[in-house]
Amino acid sequence: MSPASYVFLAVILFGIGGVGVLVRRNAIVIFMCVELMLNACNLAFVSFARMWGNLDGQVVAFFVMVVAAAEVVVGLAILMAIYRARKSASVDDANLLKY
Amino acid sequence: MTSLLAAAAPATIPAPSIEYSQLAPMLVVFGAAVAGVLVEAFVPRDLRRSVHLLITFGSLAAAFVWTCVIAASPSIFANGSPGHVAAMGAVAVDRPTLFIQGTILVLAFVSVLLIADSSHDVSEFAGQAAAPPGSPEERAVLLAGLVHTEIYPLTLFAVGGMLLFPASNDLLTMFVALEVLSLPLYLLCGLARRRRLLSHEAAMKYFLLGAFSSTFFLFGIAMLYGFSGSVSLAAIASAASANTGSDTLLFAGIALTGLGLLFKIGAVPFQNWKPDVYQGAPTPVTALMASCTVVSAFGALLRVFYVAFGNLTWDWRPALWVVTVLTMVAGAVIAITQTDVKRLLAYSSIAHAGFILTAVISASVAGLSSSLFYLAVYGLTTVGAFAVITLVRDPGGEADHLSRWAGLGKRSPLVAGIFALFLLAFAGIPLTSGFTGKFAVFQAAIAGGATPLVIIGVLASAIAAFFYVRVIVLMFFSDPVEDGPEVVVPSVFTGTAVAVGAAATIILGIVPEPVLSLANHAATQLFVR
Repeated sequence: MSPASYVFLAVILFGIGGVGVLVRRNAIVIFMCVELMLNACNLAFVSFARMWGNLDGQVVAFFVMVVAAAEVVVGLAILMAIYRARKSASVDDANLLKY
Repeated sequence: MTSLLAAAAPATIPAPSIEYSQLAPMLVVFGAAVAGVLVEAFVPRDLRRSVHLLITFGSLAAAFVWTCVIAASPSIFANGSPGHVAAMGAVAVDRPTLFIQGTILVLAFVSVLLIADSSHDVSEFAGQAAAPPGSPEERAVLLAGLVHTEIYPLTLFAVGGMLLFPASNDLLTMFVALEVLSLPLYLLCGLARRRRLLSHEAAMKYFLLGAFSSTFFLFGIAMLYGFSGSVSLAAIASAASANTGSDTLLFAGIALTGLGLLFKIGAVPFQNWKPDVYQGAPTPVTALMASCTVVSAFGALLRVFYVAFGNLTWDWRPALWVVTVLTMVAGAVIAITQTDVKRLLAYSSIAHAGFILTAVISASVAGLSSSLFYLAVYGLTTVGAFAVITLVRDPGGEADHLSRWAGLGKRSPLVAGIFALFLLAFAGIPLTSGFTGKFAVFQAAIAGGATPLVIIGVLASAIAAFFYVRVIVLMFFSDPVEDGPEVVVPSVFTGTAVAVGAAATIILGIVPEPVLSLANHAATQLFVR
């Protein structure tokens, strides 16, 4: 299978993740969709690295994994604080700041 | 046999060369942040704040001095060289970057003055973020007088990321810098001592939207990598001018990376987070975000669009025209209806991002130098304005609602007068720094052929002037409210921040020449490639 197919797969995964962020209501699920988008980026990087025959894209993928892990730490800390204060992780319930 | 052994021996990997002296400002700040984490672990609680203050202010000042030393260094800029690419092509050291980094360090220093102020409350930050609001745990924490001193290392990590973001010469470094600056800010937003639900909500919105936008930035990088086979800005530029490769990948890459950067500056289709986050975050953190983050993000935007997409001006200009018009108009119009001071300044910050974008679009030396100047003067005015907001207090915290500010000029003419000065500078009234900055960006935009944008910009400034003046009228010509907010006497920290902001606003309005010529000098050779 040509590496280009994986790029298309990455675009589709990125799209699924993006739609998930927009339509889901639970902050944890939204966050998981963001992670899916990051992984779609990784897949695109690795496929392009294969197509170009250099290692840059694979190196980027490693950095993205580390960044995603750091993001999980920070994100779950914030979501935990919110859940303890409101007993809800729904983004619709956080509605004090608007207009 | 020997040849077989030679083939089996691993090839030597050349050690990368790192120019430590040229990276020193960033290394000092990051090193101080790591030292701050160690302070949290090993220094007794009652000494922590003083040690943190020493480390934080010391490192910011040292980094600033070192930035000036690099800028004056004859070797880097010898023979008319525009600069140097350090750390194996990862970090650019050139004059615009040094100007931006110097600006960020000054603004960060002033913002940390606000963060460190503990005179009118124990601290602006929560005693223990893990204790839910209104719980017995929180009460115990309050009674014990605990304070989160982690804010200082977090701030330093954010500032370090902000220094690296505009300096990164390849998109991987830029992405990592973007996350290093964003992640601590997400946490800082959620650490307010008062109105913690608002603060949590701001942190969650900022985090989810920030993470969402940085995935778009990253996917844009992937597209550009697919187009050019490299993440270095110079390689992308040469691949784009050679016109090899897929246009689809190139344009998708420009659009998605542009989206990520425009989100950080709060340009209009991507501005929704800004008012919520500015309102909910603790005011010192808002000051840090509204000044340093905006400067840093504009620095990165300028570098990407001038270096990587510098030959594609005709392709990205129409899209940025639309964004700029929307940003200026929407920022100014929505601000009219605001009733919260911090939210008002957030929308004003959106409108100002639009004014700077008019100069960015011209893609010229004048555009770069006027953006640099505008960022410096706008940042100083913004920090001053948020410093004043921390002074006007109700028993439950800051008096953010505009109705509480009615008649403030009669109760405290000095504080209201200084705030009026900042508002006039935002409005761009002559003899304030805001006028000089706005004049410079609009002049650059006209020279770059964007006269219609300037006309819309002037109209948007007129709309904006209306709501700034409305606040001034409210402060000076309405009757004071019953049991109105108390105007606290500023401590040395906040007092210095207000004084620096006010002095810069007046001095750069009357004698802008030194900083203007510094910005011109910084921009003459554009960015290093």
